[in-house]
Amino acid sequence: MPVDPVDVIEGQVAVLDRSDVDTDQIIPKQFLKRIERTGFGEFLFYDWFRSGEIELEPHPILVAGRNFGSGSSREHAVWALKDFGFDVVIAPSFSDIFYSNCTKNGLLPVILSEEDCRAVAGSGEARIDLDDQTVNCAAGVFQFEIDEQIKHRLSNGLDDVAMTLERAGKIDEFESAGKADAGPLTSSL
Amino acid sequence: MREATVGQGRGAKSLFDKIWDSHEVDDELIYIDLHLVHEVTSPQAFEGLRMAGRPVRRADKTLATADHNVPTDGTATARLIADELSRVQVEALESNCEEFGIPLYSLGSERRGIVHVIGPELGVTQPGMTIVCGDSHTSTHGAFGALAFGIGTSEVEHVLATQCLVQARPKTMRINYSGELGFGVTSKDLILATIGRLGTSGMQGYAVEYAGPAINALPMENRMTICNMTIEGGGRAGMIEPDEVTTEYVRGRPAAPKDMEAAIERWKDLPTEEGASFDREVDIDAGELSPMVTWGTTPGMVAEVTACVPDPAVMDSPADREAAERALAYMDLQAGTPITEIPLERIFIGSCTNSRISDLREAAALLDGRVIASSLRGMVVPGSQQVKLQAEEEGLDEVFRSAGFEWRESGCSACLGMNPDILQPGERCASTSNRNFEGRQGAGGRTHLVSPSMAAAAAVEGRFVDIREWS
Repeated sequence: MPVDPVDVIEGQVAVLDRSDVDTDQIIPKQFLKRIERTGFGEFLFYDWFRSGEIELEPHPILVAGRNFGSGSSREHAVWALKDFGFDVVIAPSFSDIFYSNCTKNGLLPVILSEEDCRAVAGSGEARIDLDDQTVNCAAGVFQFEIDEQIKHRLSNGLDDVAMTLERAGKIDEFESAGKADAGPLTSSL
Repeated sequence: MREATVGQGRGAKSLFDKIWDSHEVDDELIYIDLHLVHEVTSPQAFEGLRMAGRPVRRADKTLATADHNVPTDGTATARLIADELSRVQVEALESNCEEFGIPLYSLGSERRGIVHVIGPELGVTQPGMTIVCGDSHTSTHGAFGALAFGIGTSEVEHVLATQCLVQARPKTMRINYSGELGFGVTSKDLILATIGRLGTSGMQGYAVEYAGPAINALPMENRMTICNMTIEGGGRAGMIEPDEVTTEYVRGRPAAPKDMEAAIERWKDLPTEEGASFDREVDIDAGELSPMVTWGTTPGMVAEVTACVPDPAVMDSPADREAAERALAYMDLQAGTPITEIPLERIFIGSCTNSRISDLREAAALLDGRVIASSLRGMVVPGSQQVKLQAEEEGLDEVFRSAGFEWRESGCSACLGMNPDILQPGERCASTSNRNFEGRQGAGGRTHLVSPSMAAAAAVEGRFVDIREWS
C-alpha cells in the first residue's frame, strides 16, 4: 500500500520515559479484533492512559526508552501510534518486527543513544530530517543511521508490493528453476 | 557464561547461511516456502490485495487456521461465536480464504489449532524451509532447522502477493549449551534462563542457532519451546540443526515428503559446518541451570525458584532499577520475598510455547492422583484439536479433570486473552505461556512464566515449589 512520503518532521516532543514498552501496552488485545487499519489512535496505551499512569500529547515526535515495541508482531501498534498523531519515534533501540512495521506505514523509527534521546526529550522541540539523517534540537544535532533501502522507500512513500512485483521475473525464474519445489504443498493436505 | 565475538567469515557455512543463500531470489529478496495465516493479523492484508486487485501468488504454499481469538468452550462453528467482533474476524478469515483459494482449518475442523502447533503436527514444517506468519512466535518452527520468523500485516500482504519478503540479512549468533539439563529442569527453564542472562533485547538483530549436547539431547517438542521464545530475547529467528530426532518427528505426518529417504539425504547437508563463523557466540553450561520463575513484567525478569524476588535498589543501571520498581508494583511483590512463598490464584497450561502432547504428559504425570489447591482455578488448553484427541486417548483429560482442572478446546486462549479465558484484575497466575507483560492475560492480571511441571506442582501447592525436591 502506498504511504505518505517522509521528509522533514518538525514539532514538539512527547516523552515516554520507559524501557521495554511492548506492543501489548501500545495497543491491548481487545482492540485487535477490528478488520480495518484505521481508528486505532483512540485506544493507544489504553490501560496506561485510562489509569492516569501516563499522559502523552499527540505531538509529531515521540521519545521512548530502549527496546520499544517488543513482543507481539501486531502492526496495529504502529497504526495506533500513527493515528494518534506521531510521525517519528526516537528510542535507543526497537524490536526488529516493530521497526520493520514502522517503515511500512510512514512512521519513522530513529535510533539514538540513551543520552541523545534524553537530550532530545529535554529540548521539547525537534526537527528530524530523513535526507540528512539528523535530529536537530536545542541540545544539538544528532546523526542517526538508517538502511539505504528503507530510507529510499520511506522518502518516496513507495508501495513495497508494487516494487517487488517489478521483480516478478526473478521470482518466476526462481520457481521455474525448481528452487521452490523442496517444501510441501498445503493444497495436498 | 563465556562470550566471544567472531567476525563474519566465508567458506564454512552455518545452517542459517545455507537456508538464506538458497532462498535469495534477488538482492535482499527472500523466497518463502510456507506462509501461515490466522484471523487477527490477516484481514487488513487481504483487504489490501482486494483494493489493488492482486491475487495470492501461491495459495498452495499458504495455510490458514483460526486460533487467536476463538472460544475454547466447544463453540462448533464461527457463526456461533458469542463475541461479535471475534465472530466477524473468524468469518472474515473464512471468506478471505475462500475468495483467494487458501486451505483453512477453521472452527469445527479436527485439524484446527494454534498455528505453531499445527504446522509441525501436519508435517508442513520441515528442515531447510523459510516459514513466516503474522505472529512473533513463528520462530517456533526453527526447531526443525528451518528459518522462521514473525512478520507484520503489511508483510503478510507482501508475501501473499509475491511469495517473497524484502529482508536485510540478519546477523548470526550461536548459543552453545554444554552439559545436560538436571532433573526437573526443562527446555522452558533453559530458554527463560538464557533470556534472563542476555536480556530482552540481547538477541535483537540476530538469527540465533541453539547448539550443543544439551540441545541435541532434547526431543522435538522441547526444542520447539526454546525456539518459540527466541522473540522474547528480541531475536529475529531461532533455529536448531535437524538430526534424526527431527526426521523421525516429520516421518508419517500428513504433509511429510513422499520420498522420505531422499529428503533425509538433502537435510543432512543443512547443519552448520565446522569452522562456520557467527557474529556472536555465547556458551552456557546447561548443567548449572535451575527451574525458573518470572517475577516481573518482561520474560527477562526471571529468577531461579530457590531465589528471592530481587531488590531494585541494588541494580546498577537506572533504567533497570526503574523498570524493576514498576514491575514489582504492578506484580504486587516485595523485594526479598522467596519465590516459593508467592501464593497463586490461577494456573494456565497452554500456548504455542507449552501445549503439545509432551507438555500435557509432563504436567499430567505430576497431577495423577492429586488435587489442586482449593483456592485455585486451573485451566488446560491443548495446542490443537489433534493434541486434545491424543490426550483424551491417553486419559490425560481425566487426570486433569480429577485434579480439578478445566479441560478445554484448543486455541491461544489465556496466553493473550483475546477470548473469554482471561485473568481478573489482580489475579496471579502461574502460566506455561511466553509473555508476562502487564495485562497480557487480562487487564490487571499478574503472570508468572514457568514450565508445565512447575505449573502442575504449583497448582497442587497453591504456591511455587522447587520441582526437584517435590514429591
